[in-house]
Amino acid sequence: MPNFPASVEMPAVERPVAKTKRPVYLNLLAIRQPLPAIVSFLHRVSGTLLFLVGIPLVLCGVQASLVSAESYAAWKSALATPWAKLVLLALAWSYAHHLLAGIRHLVLDAHIGLDLPVARQSSAVVLVVAVLVTAAVAFKLW
Amino acid sequence: MVTPHVHVPVGAHYGWRDWLVQRITAIIMALYTGLLFVVALWNGGFDYATWKTIFASNAFRIATFLFMASLLWHAWVGVRNILMDYVKPAGVRLTLQCIVIGVLVGYLGWTIAILWGGA
Repeated sequence: MPNFPASVEMPAVERPVAKTKRPVYLNLLAIRQPLPAIVSFLHRVSGTLLFLVGIPLVLCGVQASLVSAESYAAWKSALATPWAKLVLLALAWSYAHHLLAGIRHLVLDAHIGLDLPVARQSSAVVLVVAVLVTAAVAFKLW
Repeated sequence: MVTPHVHVPVGAHYGWRDWLVQRITAIIMALYTGLLFVVALWNGGFDYATWKTIFASNAFRIATFLFMASLLWHAWVGVRNILMDYVKPAGVRLTLQCIVIGVLVGYLGWTIAILWGGA
């Protein structure tokens, strides 16, 4: 039987386990997300829009536009209505944001711009350029 | 204690492959987007005649098919990630995944019909 001297004590180990029940604060309207989180969230939102609306609309459009000159013209005038323009604008933003955020993702994969200040800056660039592209599309539509 | 491996039947079985697929398909789509821009600028915008001529080219058809195949595979990985995050009951998730696969494969068929179906 090992006999340890009474003066030697095992050091107390700090365990990262919450002993008390901490409050969970998830008021989505009050949480201020960091810029990269907003870009990430919008990447998901834009991807969902492109999947649900973008792909079927593009397929319908390309098909109709290739059938005949009449159907091409009909599709073109259908897209010229105000509601259709709003949908196109939403899709233009979705495509621009998704593409730019995706390029940012690829750059981060290459371990470029991983420091927080740079990551914040690139997030801001993605947000702003996507809005600028959308504004350019809006200018062309109206 | 070692965390036991929990097998999730409706999870992502090949995380590494999907990660790579998502990036390769993204690059293909980005390149096609650039190509479309160049073609638009080259023709000074599109009208029916130029549109029809562009789609008559087999090279453009193949590029478009490659873009659509990339898009649909990319969409599958993305939508499945979203379903894994927000839809927890396995049965509901599996049903939605099946619907998404069906829709995407249908879209691929539709793409082929548009490109080579003489539409």
